[in-house]
Amino acid sequence: MDLSFLVIQALNGLSSASSLFIAACGLTLVFGVTRIVNFAHGSLYMIGAYTAATLVPNLLEWSYGPVPFWLGILISALIVGLLGVVMEVLLLRRIYGAPELFQLLATFGVVLVVQDLVVQIFGPQDILGPRAPGLRAPVEILGRRFPSYELVLIAAGPLVLGFVWFILKRTRFGVLVRAATQDREMVAALGVNQALLFTGTLFLGAFLAGLGGALQVPRVAANNGMDLSIIAECFVVTVVGGMGSVPGAFLAALIIGQLQAFGILLFPKITLVVVFLLMAITLAIRPNGLFGRPEHFSGAHAIGIASHAPGRFNAIAVSALLVVLAALPLVADEYFLKVATEILILALFAFSLQLLIGVGGLVSFGHAAFFGLGAYGAALGVKWLGASMEGALPLAPLLAALGAMAVGALVVRLSGIYLAMMTLAAAQILYAVAFQWVEVTGGDNGLVGIWPSTWAAPRSVYYLVTLALTAGTMLLLKRIIDAPFGYALRAMRDSQARAEAIGLEPRTHRWLAFTLAGAAAGLAGGLYAFSRGSVDPTLLGIPTSVDALTMLLLGGIQTITGPIAGAAVLHTLRDQIMPLTAFWRLFLGLSIIGMVLIFPRGLIGTLRYWRQA
Amino acid sequence: MTLLSVESIDKSFGGVAAARDVGFSVERGEMVALIGPNGAGKSTVFNMIGGQLKPDRGRILLDDADITTASPQERFRRGVGRTFQVAQTFLSMSGIENVQMALISGHHQSRRLWQPARTLYREEAFALLECVGMVEAADRPCSTLAYGDVKRLELAIALAGEPKLLLMDEPTAGMALRERAALMDLVSTIAQDAKIGVLFTEHDMDVVFGHADRVLVLLRGRIIAAGSPEDVRNDPQVRQAYLGDSHALTRSV
Amino acid sequence: MTTPLLDVAKLSASYGRAQVLFDLSLQLHKGEVLALVGRNGAGKTTTLKAIMGLVSARAERLTFSGFSLIGLPTYRIARLGLGYVPEDRRIFTDLTIEENLEVGRRAGRPGRSPWTPERLFKLFPNLAGMKGRRGNEMSGGEQQMLSIARTLMGNPDAILLDEPSEGIAPVIVEMMAEAICAMKAEGVAILLSEQNWAFAAGISDKACVIERGAIRFQGPMADFLANHALRAETLGV
Repeated sequence: MDLSFLVIQALNGLSSASSLFIAACGLTLVFGVTRIVNFAHGSLYMIGAYTAATLVPNLLEWSYGPVPFWLGILISALIVGLLGVVMEVLLLRRIYGAPELFQLLATFGVVLVVQDLVVQIFGPQDILGPRAPGLRAPVEILGRRFPSYELVLIAAGPLVLGFVWFILKRTRFGVLVRAATQDREMVAALGVNQALLFTGTLFLGAFLAGLGGALQVPRVAANNGMDLSIIAECFVVTVVGGMGSVPGAFLAALIIGQLQAFGILLFPKITLVVVFLLMAITLAIRPNGLFGRPEHFSGAHAIGIASHAPGRFNAIAVSALLVVLAALPLVADEYFLKVATEILILALFAFSLQLLIGVGGLVSFGHAAFFGLGAYGAALGVKWLGASMEGALPLAPLLAALGAMAVGALVVRLSGIYLAMMTLAAAQILYAVAFQWVEVTGGDNGLVGIWPSTWAAPRSVYYLVTLALTAGTMLLLKRIIDAPFGYALRAMRDSQARAEAIGLEPRTHRWLAFTLAGAAAGLAGGLYAFSRGSVDPTLLGIPTSVDALTMLLLGGIQTITGPIAGAAVLHTLRDQIMPLTAFWRLFLGLSIIGMVLIFPRGLIGTLRYWRQA
Repeated sequence: MTLLSVESIDKSFGGVAAARDVGFSVERGEMVALIGPNGAGKSTVFNMIGGQLKPDRGRILLDDADITTASPQERFRRGVGRTFQVAQTFLSMSGIENVQMALISGHHQSRRLWQPARTLYREEAFALLECVGMVEAADRPCSTLAYGDVKRLELAIALAGEPKLLLMDEPTAGMALRERAALMDLVSTIAQDAKIGVLFTEHDMDVVFGHADRVLVLLRGRIIAAGSPEDVRNDPQVRQAYLGDSHALTRSV
Repeated sequence: MTTPLLDVAKLSASYGRAQVLFDLSLQLHKGEVLALVGRNGAGKTTTLKAIMGLVSARAERLTFSGFSLIGLPTYRIARLGLGYVPEDRRIFTDLTIEENLEVGRRAGRPGRSPWTPERLFKLFPNLAGMKGRRGNEMSGGEQQMLSIARTLMGNPDAILLDEPSEGIAPVIVEMMAEAICAMKAEGVAILLSEQNWAFAAGISDKACVIERGAIRFQGPMADFLANHALRAETLGV
């Protein structure tokens, strides 16, 4: 390892830092002013890449040279900027006052919509963009060849920083944006129309996202997975830098770029883990990131489970439902039982999240971590310990509980959006481990051959096993929600000051809540592994976490039974509609957005509201 | 033995002194009012006694035990109860569950996972609601109570910890006029009966002079006067602080 | 008497379920200084916020320059020519003095000479020497001046001024009084909320005494000063 190699690695790090900063800078700007974490920022980035990959070759065909190339990049970014304006006017404007959970879900709905539309408009295959005219030949640095386009990227980061700096410091718009970042109400009291300011901010943020995506076209093919991979990295950059701080994002991107460039030499398998560990350590030391300021969130506490009178009817209804479910194998066919098994598992998954969100007010955005840990716990038990289902299944809640204890210890100090981001990051770390540690986890392919023991192998028997375990665990969780522990969690959600004044310790309670919810989600994951016969990293991915949140939202976060109904409805819809249409994600995304805007109480919550009204 | 003794505490924020050499004491069964104009440092002093802020210097003793750096939770366990300027209750629970929650925490039962919470300490909670005249609100959701009732409920919650010292930050703020005296009469009676020392801040001078045994006047972070309501009312420094420079009066007309 | 510039009739406001204002009525006329006096917690700040649309309120009538303010977003109220200087000043601490003024800039009525940073620096000479300084490097008194100057940059016809003398040194209070008189001379009407009522008495034409969220007295300042019983009762300790 000589000096020239280190220099080249450092340059590689700088170029990825630049790319990362350009992508993340718009996200942090938009958050600073609107207080919305825009999940769809990665989608805007992806649209930028696809647009440039399609548009630039056409321009180059018309006239080959650097001018059409760079013009094409700029036009792509401007188009994305306009899409940002559309998004602000149609969606964001309606959810500025909503709880952060709803904001995250609604913008994730946009992610789903864009995924299907991109495939529809640009086709399912990756699009390799053109090389930049005049920058095709590598340059020689200390005797090593280095792509000259990377040098342009290295320069682009500081250029964008300068451009944003100029807008923020030297234009009236920028002054207003900075003022609004600090005190929106006072800006309004001085006669500034915030709606225009917000629209302008979204234009700028989306423009930068589009620019970031378009600039990647000569080095990476535009593909339909780039939205979620870049958004996860952007989250890390903005959180480490401090949400809302552009210089913070720049510094964070620099650190992360170098960490990736040199991390790959030291720990070639776990570069992603290193990056997310940086985030965990930063937040543990500075809960608001490098340059962030304390956030005062409100709204999330207004929603959640409230007390309700215990009714004998409920006990009878639950018993009757259990009898009906237990009798299902007598009438249902194999396929129906498979679907029913999965619904039960997902119901437990969503129900365990309800303990955190509905009861504790802890908006966990990485619940897939515990589901996935459970699934891998069971699968690894079978694969590496040679355990049977009976031996491996208990490993599922155990491993998930251990993971939840670790994650919980990191996040109980945080609140609001930082807690959401941190749980998301934790899930992404585990996703990265599962993806990269091929020898143990099988990497992308996962592990197969995770089947139940012979006695439980028939669908009907496995269904009954699942019913017994999921129903038992849900009843146990229900009992916990009604017990002093559940009340204490609600107390801390309702009023932290009052809870502390009567001697409750929020951190230990919340930590225990994470552990319990993690164990329950882990059991669901374990059952899922044996039901499908395999595990793979998608179980730990962002879409799995969002599935759980969608079930919660669908059922209603202020009802105890909501998640169960949500799981049933979502899984049935998915099972029925997905085979029929190429637009499942579009449909799901629009449904999520619609629910946030129209039925924020969810199905069960709305029914109850109508009954009471 | 003195119940609460505050010994020359200081607190400054970024170089600006919010409390300077503040010292006073509260005895059992005594109602002490802390008054002063906006920005005089009342909240700072109050939050240092409640545990939300730590003094830069000085000591706070409760029954001779040093609680200067104790957390709000530790203070609760040592016998400090408090109410907040904007009443803090658990809106998702019924009236009686709010009090039960405080009793559960007071008995170290908040980590139990099995026994339904609504069956625990119900009678004790009911007795406390009776004490503040809120029996009829026992099973109503807290979110549907009128604000005056929420204030009384908060008092019941604070009393559930069997406090020796009760801190009340603007106990009557936001209440209708006729409710104010009633609430303070109630506090007064309870304090007498249970020998609880009460320290409160208040803007309504009728409440202060009608209910306090002693009054402390804070101005720019210092206590400028302390004594019986009568003495404080006639203190020239206090009159100056509230009425301003008397020369300005003559100049203006 | 002419129609009032700001006309408030039966204004009620609550924070959550705590009602703070009860059927409060007052009128502010063109070019006059009206002092809203009353004790701490009487509802002065809430009155100003309610007029500005910053807390939800109900009113029988709430008009400025003949336009109803009920239901208008705050920025539209400000654009009608009603300025607001909050009690806690709310300077943009990350912005320089010049940038703070820029946020407030808004073209005024034609025919009146607009406020410019240069004119404001004459009014508040303390600010002139530190144009490039950030808000977080200023004393309380300087922040107060900047907050007023920032609002003046919008060329308002009237200003709601909340506790301008609070927590600042006596010599600065004196300067503040002069600045308010200068603003009045420019034809700006001022609704002043004040606890330091000696200060209010020195600069106001009229007094409006607020007690427990309701108006107790409204009339010329001289009448209020002459009424010793009322003064002692509403303000005295």
